Amino acid sequence: MSPLLTVDRVSKRFPLKATLIDKLTAGLGNRRAGGTVHAVTDVTFEVARGEVLGMVGESGCGKSTLGRIVSGIYAPTEGTVRLDGEPVARGRDDHVDKLTTRVQMIHQDPFASLNPRMKVGETISEGPRIHRLVPASDVRARTRALLEQVGLEGAYADRFPHQFSGGQRQRIAIARALAMQPDLLVLDEAVASLDVSIQAQVLNLFLDLRRDLGLTALFISHDLSVVRHVCDRVAIMYLGRIVELSPAEQLYAAPKHPYTQALFASVPTLGTGRRAFRPIEGEIPSPIDPPPGCAFHPRCPFAGPRCRAEVPRLTASGPGRTVACHLNDGGVGLKEAA
Amino acid sequence: MNAALDVQGLTTRFDTRAGTVTAVNDVSFSVEPGRIMGLVGESGSGKSVTGFSILGLIEEPGRITDGRVLVEGTDLRAMPPGQLRSMRGRKVSMVFQDPMMTLNPVLRIGDQMSMAVRVHERMNKRQALARSRDALAKVGIPSPEERLSAYPHQLSGGMRQRVAIAIALLHRPAVIIADEPTTALDVSIQGQILAEVRRLADETRTAIVWVTHDLAVVSSLADDICVMYAGRIVERGTAEDVIARPRHPYTRGLLDSVPGQHAPGTHLPQIPGSTPQLSRLPSGCPFRNRCPRATEVCTTEPPVARFGGHTALCHHPLEAA
Ligand SMILES: Nc1ncnc2c1ncn2[C@@H]1O[C@H](COP(=O)(O)OP(=O)(O)OP(=O)(O)O)[C@@H](O)[C@H]1O
Ligand SMILES: Nc1ncnc2c1ncn2[C@@H]1O[C@H](COP(=O)(O)OP(=O)(O)O)[C@@H](O)[C@H]1O
Ligand code: SF4
Ligand code: SF4
Ligand SMILES: [Mg+2]
Ligand SMILES: [Mg+2]
Repeated sequence: MSPLLTVDRVSKRFPLKATLIDKLTAGLGNRRAGGTVHAVTDVTFEVARGEVLGMVGESGCGKSTLGRIVSGIYAPTEGTVRLDGEPVARGRDDHVDKLTTRVQMIHQDPFASLNPRMKVGETISEGPRIHRLVPASDVRARTRALLEQVGLEGAYADRFPHQFSGGQRQRIAIARALAMQPDLLVLDEAVASLDVSIQAQVLNLFLDLRRDLGLTALFISHDLSVVRHVCDRVAIMYLGRIVELSPAEQLYAAPKHPYTQALFASVPTLGTGRRAFRPIEGEIPSPIDPPPGCAFHPRCPFAGPRCRAEVPRLTASGPGRTVACHLNDGGVGLKEAA
Repeated sequence: MNAALDVQGLTTRFDTRAGTVTAVNDVSFSVEPGRIMGLVGESGSGKSVTGFSILGLIEEPGRITDGRVLVEGTDLRAMPPGQLRSMRGRKVSMVFQDPMMTLNPVLRIGDQMSMAVRVHERMNKRQALARSRDALAKVGIPSPEERLSAYPHQLSGGMRQRVAIAIALLHRPAVIIADEPTTALDVSIQGQILAEVRRLADETRTAIVWVTHDLAVVSSLADDICVMYAGRIVERGTAEDVIARPRHPYTRGLLDSVPGQHAPGTHLPQIPGSTPQLSRLPSGCPFRNRCPRATEVCTTEPPVARFGGHTALCHHPLEAA
């Protein structure tokens, strides 16, 4: 079966306009002035219908940018995004394309993503009304049904967002996305701002909806335990690129890329006792001036001369798994590669 | 051993439109030198107000109505304001979630650090810079001499937080209160800072109160844990006891709802309802309308149940697992 979502060699670069501070500090080594941010570089993956793909990585690695490209909010600088084989309608940059209804995005901040002056019911029904997805006479009933589907009372349709807690607002955001009957949901850190007890409630809701509606989703998160709980496959990103892509179970059992291994080891987990984590050394490099070759080489304990010269390609490593590391593709020495 | 910080019966109230609320309710705990106390709770449980109350930094419409805060045996609450100010930054210092609450964006790191040194100690600028450099080295900042001439915006978020911690360390305080200091940072950077903080507590014998909502973080970092709910410490014990053998139903519920310990795709155990507003707490145990063990008696104030040094504020604490 052909995949629902195909992302093919997608890159996104942002030219930087220098701010006054940048100009004043250019002499001090500030590289922002006149630079380019390599937010996403040469990313390729597919999502099958009914599948939930996790997208994991540290701040600034390009997860949200990728999510916005898939949602049609950003046009990629290079590459293509297809839904059922058809290119996703592209909006202009910084302008939400109202035509893209098949992909719906859910954001981290349930406080910022709802219009404070609109009743919750209007917020949920606005999209379907504008796009005439349901007959006008059915809008009210459908809105109530959606609220109930996300575990809220239908009568809440007449309330305003400030009357709800963070977890309830995130449920409303989910109802608004579902109202569009999307083919694909993009959840960008959708539970990151919620307290752990509320987070569990929203994750359970997501699992229920997934089972009942057969949802397909791109699930962006920096939280490895959350991703493991809800995703079938997981892509690990580092500085704009996918470095490892694998079924979740195999990935968590045995991460292969040195960055994935280091990331897993650096996360404190419950109940393993004091100091049961090993931090990764060094800082995350700037996407304005990414290191040449493998972007992880300044922090990688296995780095060799080839890593500083050549960008590793994603190559197969076991069933359904790919890894972008020279260790998996001929070794890290220059001679071996030749 | 004498506690570096001993908090007894601390109570802080705010006057709000909905009436007077008790944000910190009869909070007691102590931290010995070189130990890390993890203060955990969900948002609004009173962690930050506890931190500010310890430092005497509560402003209108709030007031500390009761309790004692002993730092190396001296009660901060009994001190005249001038003396209290001189304790802050010297004997007790605070680290915030946003390092820019500590850092001045228009001053070089070296200038602001040496100013902070010279507020409390007489020494020349050269000596103050040397002290600053040593503090930066202590928190694991590479090439600290070079960083002294940097402005805050030239550093990454993780580096800025390290500088804020270095500033807190300048006067070798007895106590550091750190309020969600790694919450905004990436996991790999958070891991580095946690490792440094653990080493600092061991080496400098500073007592640290580490405020966070992240149970996994405290379970890897802290020696002892206090769990807060609706302004009260509902459970207190060694990190091992609280994480492995929780006695309070709220702690148990919180621990269970963390994903990662359950089979993928299965329903997570969840605490019903949501965190109550302080102005609308039920009588008796504040957790009773969400608690699976609640009975009639829970409408009355819960007693402190003791299991050696491990305590739970509950009528029906859990049996040892
Ligand atoms: N509109 C823009 N203009 C310039 N740079 C941008 C823009 N949007 C994103 N970037 C940059 O692109 C890089 C990737 O950003 P992105 O928001 O995708 O990261 P992320 O992985 O979602 O991070 P986080 O975990 O912090 O949300 C960052 O360096 C960011 O600063
Ligand atoms: N200035 C204030 N006025 C009124 N209420 C306040 C004020 N500051 C904090 N509170 C209340 O005190 C409680 C505890 O807040 P806080 O300590 O910030 O929680 P936490 O740090 O655990 O998230 C909350 O209910 C909060 O609304
Ligand atoms: S390519 Fe080289 S530097 Fe990159 S992860 Fe692999 S071994 Fe490390
Ligand atoms: S006192 Fe009662 S309601 Fe409160 S936590 Fe204990 S059992 Fe639950
Ligand atoms: Mg993002
Ligand atoms: Mg707080």
